[in-house]
Amino acid sequence: MVDIPYDLIVNALVAGLLLGAFYAAVTVGVSISFGILDIVNIAHPGFIILGSYLAYIINARLGLDPIVASLLMLPVFYALGALVYQVYYQSFEKRGQDALRGLAFFFGLLFVTEIVLVLVFGVDYRYVHASYIGPSWNIGIVDLPLRMLVPCLVALALVAALQVFLTKTFIGRAIMGVAQDQLALQLMAASPTRIKRTAFAISIATCAIAGALLIIIQPVEPSVGREYIGRVFAICVLGGLGSLPGTLIGAMMLGILESFTSTFYGPSWAPAVAFGVLLLVLAFRPSGLFGR
Amino acid sequence: MKSSTFALVCVVVAALVFAALRWYGNEYLFFAGYVVLQFIVLATAWNILGGYTGYVNFGSAAFFAVGAYSSIFFHKTFPLPIPVLIVIGGVFAGLVGLGMGYLTLRLRGAFFAIGTLALAVVLQTIITNWTYLGGSRGAYVIRPDEIALVGPYVQYLFLLMLGLAVIAIMVARGIEHSQLGYGFATIRDDELAAEASGVPTLKLKLIATTISGALMGMAGAPFPYYLGYVQPGTVFGLEYAVNSIAMPMIGGTTSWVGPLIGAILLASLQQWATVKFSSELGVLFVGVLLVVFVVLAPKGIVGLVEGWRRGKV
Repeated sequence: MVDIPYDLIVNALVAGLLLGAFYAAVTVGVSISFGILDIVNIAHPGFIILGSYLAYIINARLGLDPIVASLLMLPVFYALGALVYQVYYQSFEKRGQDALRGLAFFFGLLFVTEIVLVLVFGVDYRYVHASYIGPSWNIGIVDLPLRMLVPCLVALALVAALQVFLTKTFIGRAIMGVAQDQLALQLMAASPTRIKRTAFAISIATCAIAGALLIIIQPVEPSVGREYIGRVFAICVLGGLGSLPGTLIGAMMLGILESFTSTFYGPSWAPAVAFGVLLLVLAFRPSGLFGR
Repeated sequence: MKSSTFALVCVVVAALVFAALRWYGNEYLFFAGYVVLQFIVLATAWNILGGYTGYVNFGSAAFFAVGAYSSIFFHKTFPLPIPVLIVIGGVFAGLVGLGMGYLTLRLRGAFFAIGTLALAVVLQTIITNWTYLGGSRGAYVIRPDEIALVGPYVQYLFLLMLGLAVIAIMVARGIEHSQLGYGFATIRDDELAAEASGVPTLKLKLIATTISGALMGMAGAPFPYYLGYVQPGTVFGLEYAVNSIAMPMIGGTTSWVGPLIGAILLASLQQWATVKFSSELGVLFVGVLLVVFVVLAPKGIVGLVEGWRRGKV
């Protein structure tokens, strides 16, 4: 057997966990829109890249920290999400049109976002400046790049905040209720459409933060979003659709798997990991590992 | 119209198109026309699965690429004439399509669509890491300038693609007017009810994915000879996936006419925009039109025309 250095394994594991937490931030939005609301928003990664570019502009023009910039962008993304849901609701959900056209709608949105960004910014890689990009902490043999650690912490805070919101607040519980029984909600004199719009807007708002985290971790160009389609849906399905703790665990698993793949086989194989996992999970355990 | 009459009409129209371009004598028109024809084949093939059975395939590029790369493989190991390569590319892509068909056993609706996207990325990663086929750097194909009987090579490729387009349209129309077509429609409308009434849904879905995949692979097989250079980024490009969905959706998915109209319009528009502005702007048009049509005119151009005629009569 080949002797694999111990510290290499530990570092790959730590890198995987850091990456996984970030993946959770990228996926929570889809866990809400796809997992809870049953809206197959394939354009989600497109909105994340949009978030990256807005963080980039604010960072470059005003010198603001990208994470602060993303917090400022939250209302804008919330409004954008509400708008997209309104169009989706009017043209597909209300008419009872088959979900497949909705799918084509989001696919078109993803593509349009990408091409518009290409036309405006070109295909050059863009990056942000922040004090924590560059240095790293060394604890024993473990390497902790702050570039990964800061997004990891922000991501964990985001997932935790959403989990508290969904389980403890009135609107959050109403959102969970929409997923379970829309009619019952209507009988309680609550409007499912309004609650769904709020939930979808929140899911798009997470893109502002996830986008800022993405551009902290790696330079971004418009087509980067495509790689994330596989990741977010793999994690979402793996985590059992709509469960945020499940999403976090699924994201960690994928992060570790990808980290080991790039350490031992080379980074060029990493993109296939997410989709390979997705195909396997869909084929053998469609309800996810922690399925409802 | 009977199938034999329709075939005759198709061949006559194709011959007239070729003769007209030949008479006009501009080499660029063959070059651009090849792309338009290629998209007619892709859109028609997509529609056989997506429009007739209702299963959305986001992985068109993968089938196109399988065709293109099978040609590269044989070009390197055992050079064969292109018509043979087209058949081989069709066989390989058809097999991948058959595999994709088995996915429908577990995956319906959105899950199937995401699964096809996954399939495309997995295939792309394999090709990117396959050094014999050029890997991420791509592969070159050196083609002759002229060919016997036809003349310039690009005209030869155009003629082949013209033939493929005629075949694809005849296949699509044939399916529509056969028992197979009605079977596909039952799956689209209510798969569970179809299964319960004894329609062999799995068999039908496998037939649809195989035919659709094979046609896409056939469209991809001559591609290395058209461009002279193939790279995973080009043949797996999102443009192919978006175009092959947008063309039928914009034209209308219920009959063979829709993808034909959509492909001719959108592909010509893109060729024009590429020359006039940039290729990005061309594909942006396609994306915007897709979103607009899906929201405002779900039945496509064919649906609009039908509605207009019904309103008038």
